[in-house]
Amino acid sequence: MPDLSINFAGIKSPNPFWLASAPPTNSGYQVMKAFDAGWGGAVWKTLGVPVVNVSSRYGGVNYRDKRLVGFNNIELISDRPLADNLREIEEVKKRFPNHAVIASLMVQSRQEWHDIVRQSQDAGADGFELNFGCPHGMCERGMGSAVGQEPKILQMIVEWVMEVAQKPVIVKLTPNISDITEPAMAARRGGADAISLINTIQSIVGVDIDQFAPYPIVDGKGTNGGYCGPAVKPIALNMVKNCAQHPDVRLPISGIGGIENWRDAVEHILLGASSVQVCTAAMHFGFGIIREMTSGLEQYMVDKGFNTIYDFVGKALPNVLPWEQLNMKYKVTANIHEEKCIGCQLCYTACEDGAHQAIRLNAGTRVPEIIEENCVGCNLCSLVCPVEDCITMDRTDDGTQHLTWRERTEAGDVPVEFNDEKAGGRHHWVPEPTAALGKERHKTLPGKARVLNGETEVPAGV
Amino acid sequence: MAEFSTPTSEQEFQLNFAQLKPHMNRTEALYESSRCLFCFDAPCIKACPSGIDIPQFIRQINSGNETGAARTIYEANYFGNACGKVCPTEVLCEGACVYNLQDVKPIEIGRLQSYATTKVIESGKKLFGPRADNGKSVAVIGAGPAGISAACELRALGYAVDVFEAKSQPSGLTVYGVAPYKITNEEALAEMAYLQAQFGYNTHFNSPINSRGKLAELENKYDAIFLGIGLGRTNELGLPGEDKINCTGAVEFIAELRQHHHEVAVGRKVIVLGGGNTAMDAASESARLGAEQVVLAYRRGKDEMGAYEFEYDLAKGVGVKGLFNVAPVEIVGNGYVAGVRFVRTETTDGKVQEIAGSEFVEPCDMVIKATGQAKQTEFLSLISGLKLDGKGRIVADAHTGQTSNPKYFASGDAWNGGAEVVNAAAEAKLTARGIHAYLSK
Ligand SMILES: Cc1cc2nc3c(=O)[nH]c(=O)nc-3n(C[C@H](O)[C@H](O)[C@H](O)COP(=O)(O)OP(=O)(O)OC[C@H]3O[C@@H](n4cnc5c(N)ncnc54)[C@H](O)[C@@H]3O)c2cc1C
Ligand SMILES: Cc1cc2nc3c(=O)[nH]c(=O)nc-3n(C[C@H](O)[C@H](O)[C@H](O)COP(=O)(O)O)c2cc1C
Ligand code: SF4
Ligand code: SF4
Ligand code: SF4
Repeated sequence: MPDLSINFAGIKSPNPFWLASAPPTNSGYQVMKAFDAGWGGAVWKTLGVPVVNVSSRYGGVNYRDKRLVGFNNIELISDRPLADNLREIEEVKKRFPNHAVIASLMVQSRQEWHDIVRQSQDAGADGFELNFGCPHGMCERGMGSAVGQEPKILQMIVEWVMEVAQKPVIVKLTPNISDITEPAMAARRGGADAISLINTIQSIVGVDIDQFAPYPIVDGKGTNGGYCGPAVKPIALNMVKNCAQHPDVRLPISGIGGIENWRDAVEHILLGASSVQVCTAAMHFGFGIIREMTSGLEQYMVDKGFNTIYDFVGKALPNVLPWEQLNMKYKVTANIHEEKCIGCQLCYTACEDGAHQAIRLNAGTRVPEIIEENCVGCNLCSLVCPVEDCITMDRTDDGTQHLTWRERTEAGDVPVEFNDEKAGGRHHWVPEPTAALGKERHKTLPGKARVLNGETEVPAGV
Repeated sequence: MAEFSTPTSEQEFQLNFAQLKPHMNRTEALYESSRCLFCFDAPCIKACPSGIDIPQFIRQINSGNETGAARTIYEANYFGNACGKVCPTEVLCEGACVYNLQDVKPIEIGRLQSYATTKVIESGKKLFGPRADNGKSVAVIGAGPAGISAACELRALGYAVDVFEAKSQPSGLTVYGVAPYKITNEEALAEMAYLQAQFGYNTHFNSPINSRGKLAELENKYDAIFLGIGLGRTNELGLPGEDKINCTGAVEFIAELRQHHHEVAVGRKVIVLGGGNTAMDAASESARLGAEQVVLAYRRGKDEMGAYEFEYDLAKGVGVKGLFNVAPVEIVGNGYVAGVRFVRTETTDGKVQEIAGSEFVEPCDMVIKATGQAKQTEFLSLISGLKLDGKGRIVADAHTGQTSNPKYFASGDAWNGGAEVVNAAAEAKLTARGIHAYLSK
C-alpha cells in the first residue's frame, strides 16, 4: 500500500486532502464529520472579527445540463464569535490528534494579528493560513486581496505573524494579480513556511437578463464575487506551476482550485503542490467524495509504482517549458479512424470554419476525409470529435530532428519583416477569399438548413 | 393475456392508452437537448420529410429560447406538435440520429419538438400571421394535415382561404385515425385552434363537398381549389359473411374509438386482418380496450409485413399474437361473428399461394379488417379533367402539386396514396407555393 501521508512544512496529515477554508470548515461539527469520512486536514473557516453576511450569497455557472462548473460567492469570513471557533478547534484536535487543523486568519492591526495567532496556537491549531485572498467585501475594508495585491504590506504582515507564531505559517495567495510569484516571494521574504493558492477569482458569475442584475441578487442588486470550482482549475494549475518553478519562491505549495477528484489532485501535485485543498466540490457533493479521491490516488500510485506523495510532487515541472523551447520539428497529423466515425461532421465544420480547411466531405459517405497536406496538426478536430479515439493525432515527422524558436532566433532564422519569406503560413495552402462567396455557402449552412429559400424539392410521394 | 382490463371510465381509458411520448418538463428537455451533438448537415434533418432544422431548434430549447424553437419547427411544418407525437420517428429523424451508430439511444427529437410547440400553443404566443390580402381566394377541401397546412401557408402568402370539412372537427386522421396513445384529441385540436388563431382562415365544418353542383360553386367563387381529402373507408374484402355484426373496418373502428373512448366495445377474442401499420394499431387498441385475446392474421410471413418493426413490437408488447401465412376465406357465424375460416398459404417467388385442404376456423367474436383504405375515386370523378393513376391516386406535378385540371391542386394521402401526417404537411406547404406561383403568373 502506498503511503498517502504528508508532512507539509511541518504540518502532518494522514493524506494530502484538506478542506479549504470555507463553509465546509465553518464548525467543529463539520470538521469532525469530514475527518470521520476520511479527510486528512481542514483549514478552518477564516477567523477574525466576526462579520455579518447578506442573504443570497452564491451564484453558479451551468454548462448545458451540467450544474456548477463554476461557482461564486459574496460571503465574508467567519460570522461566528472567535471564542466559539477556538473552543471547537480544541475539541477537534483532542479527538483527532493526527489530523491537520489549520487556522485561517484575517485581521488588521499588528496587535490583532498577535492576539489571534497566540489564541489559535493555544487552542491547538497545527498551523496558520493567512488569508490574503478574499476578493470581495473584505478587500473593501483593506484586508484579503487588498493585502495579497501589495507585496510590501503582505511581507510586513507575515513578519508580524512570524514574531509570535510557533507553528508553520502558510500564506494564501490571491490570483487577482498579474504575476503570482511576486506575492509568493514577498511571503518567503517575510519568513512564511509555505504558500497556498489560489483563492477565488474576482468575478461576475452571470447576469439575470430579466432583472438586469448580476448574480447572486440581493434585493435587486449584486456585487462582484469570488469565482471557484471546476472552471478555475486551469488558472490554478498555471499559478501553482509558476510558483513551483520560480527559483526565488522555493516554498511548499498547497494547491487549491477546481479539485473535485483524484485526477485533479494528481495534476496539482505533478505541478508542484504537496497538499491539496477542496472547497466547491465538498459544497456540491458533500464530504463523501473523499472516498473516490483517496482510492483514486492510491490506485494511481500503485499503478505508477510511487511509494509516497513526494515521489511525484513536481514530476511534470521539467516538461513545462517556455514556448520558445518547444521542438518545432515535431509534427502531428489528424487521422480519422473510419470504423469509429458516426458521421456527425463536427470535425469538418470545425476545421473548415475554425482552422485550416483540411477536411473534406465526399459524396456517398458521412465519414470526412483529412487532407493531409493542409493539416497543420492543431488538434481541433480531435477535440471536437464526440467519439473516443476516433480522431487521433499521429506523429508524422521521423523524430530525429529538433529545432526550437530560440535556436532559430539565435541562428537568425526567424521572420523579422511583415512579408517575410520565412512566415510560417507562407507556404501553406489558403483558399482564395472569393471562393467563399455564395457558392461555398453549403459548407456553412448545409442542405435543409436553407429549405425555406425554396432550394429543395418537393418530397416524393410514397 | 388480458394485461389490460376493460376501461369503464375516461380515467381508466387514459391509463390503458397512456401516451407513448409524454410531455417533457423543462429539466428533461434541458438534459435531452444537452445531449445533442449539433451535427453539421445533420442526418436527422435529412430524414425529416418536412426538413425541420432539428439541431437549430434543439439548440434553441437548450438555451432557453423555446419560442424560437417553436418558430423553427412551425416554419417548416405546421403540424409541428402533432408530428412530434405521432411521427414514426424511429424510421425518420431519430432513426437517422448519429447516436445510433454508437449504439447510444438517439436524441428524443419528437418529444423535444412537442415540448417547444406545446409551450407556444399553451401560451397562445403570436408567432405568425397572414400577409396583407392579395385579393385572391382559395378553397381547401378537407381539414386534415394537408388541408390545414395548405390553408396556413396560403394565408401567409396573402390569400383568403375557406376550408370545407365533412366532419365536425379539424385535423383529419390525426384526430380520427392515429392511435390514442400517440396523441390525445385535446392536443390535436389545441394545435388546430392555435393555427387558426395565428393565420385566420375560415373553416366550414359538417360541409362535405360531395356533388358536382358544390364543386361548380367553388370553381366559380375561388381562384384555385386545394384537394386535401385523404383516403376513404376501409376496402371491402368481398368475402362471404363480411356483413356480420362485429365485423368492422379498422378505420371506422378507430374513428369510433378516438371519439368515444371507453364507450367503444371490443370483442373478447378479436382477429385483426392485415399486416400494415393500421393493423398493428387496431390490434394494440383492441388489447388496450380489454380484449382477452387479439390475433393478427396476415397472408404472408412475419418479415413481409408492411408495418414498421417498432409498431409490431408495440403490438406484441401488449400481448397480440401473430398468425402468419393464412388468408381469410369466410367470416363465419350466425348473424354475429363467430370465427374466421382461413386457408394456409405459402409464398413462392413472391406469390402467395393457398395450400389446398388446409382450411380451418379460428373462433372469435370480432373481426377488424385492416386491409387498406379505398380511394375516393367516385368523388374525384366529379372533377372534370382530373387524372388518377392506376392505383386511384391523384396525378399532380411533383413540384407544384398541380393536377391535370389546372385549377385543382392536391397533397397528402389523396396524392401520395397514404403516408404519414408529416408527408401531408410537407407536401401541402410546397403545393401552396405552387398555387401561389400559378396565381401570380
Ligand atoms: C389508422 C391510421 C393510423 C395512422 N397513424 C399514423 C401515425 O401514427 N403517424 C402518422 O404520421 N400518420 C399516421 N397515419 C397516417 C396519417 O393519418 C395520414 O397520412 C394523414 O392524416 C394524411 O393527411 P391528409 O390531410 O392527406 O388526409 P386526412 O387526414 O385523411 O384528412 C382528410 C380530411 O378531408 C375530409 N374530407 C374528405 N373528403 C371530403 C369532402 N369531399 N368534403 C369535405 N371534406 C372531406 C376528411 O373528413 C378529413 O378530415 C395513420 C393513418 C391511419 C388510417
Ligand atoms: C462560499 C465560499 C467562502 C469562502 N471563504 C473563504 C474564507 O473564509 N477564507 C479563505 O481563505 N478562502 C475562502 N474561500 C476560498 C476557498 O477556500 C478556495 O480557495 C476556493 O474556493 C478555490 O477552491 P475550490 O475551487 O475547490 O472551491 C471561500 C470560497 C467559497 C466558495
Ligand atoms: S488538426 Fe487542425 S488543421 Fe488538421 S485536420 Fe484537424 S482541425 Fe484541421
Ligand atoms: S467528428 Fe469524429 S465522429 Fe464526427 S464526423 Fe468527424 S471523425 Fe466522424
Ligand atoms: S443527428 Fe442526433 S445528435 Fe446529430 S443533430 Fe440530429 S439529433 Fe442532434
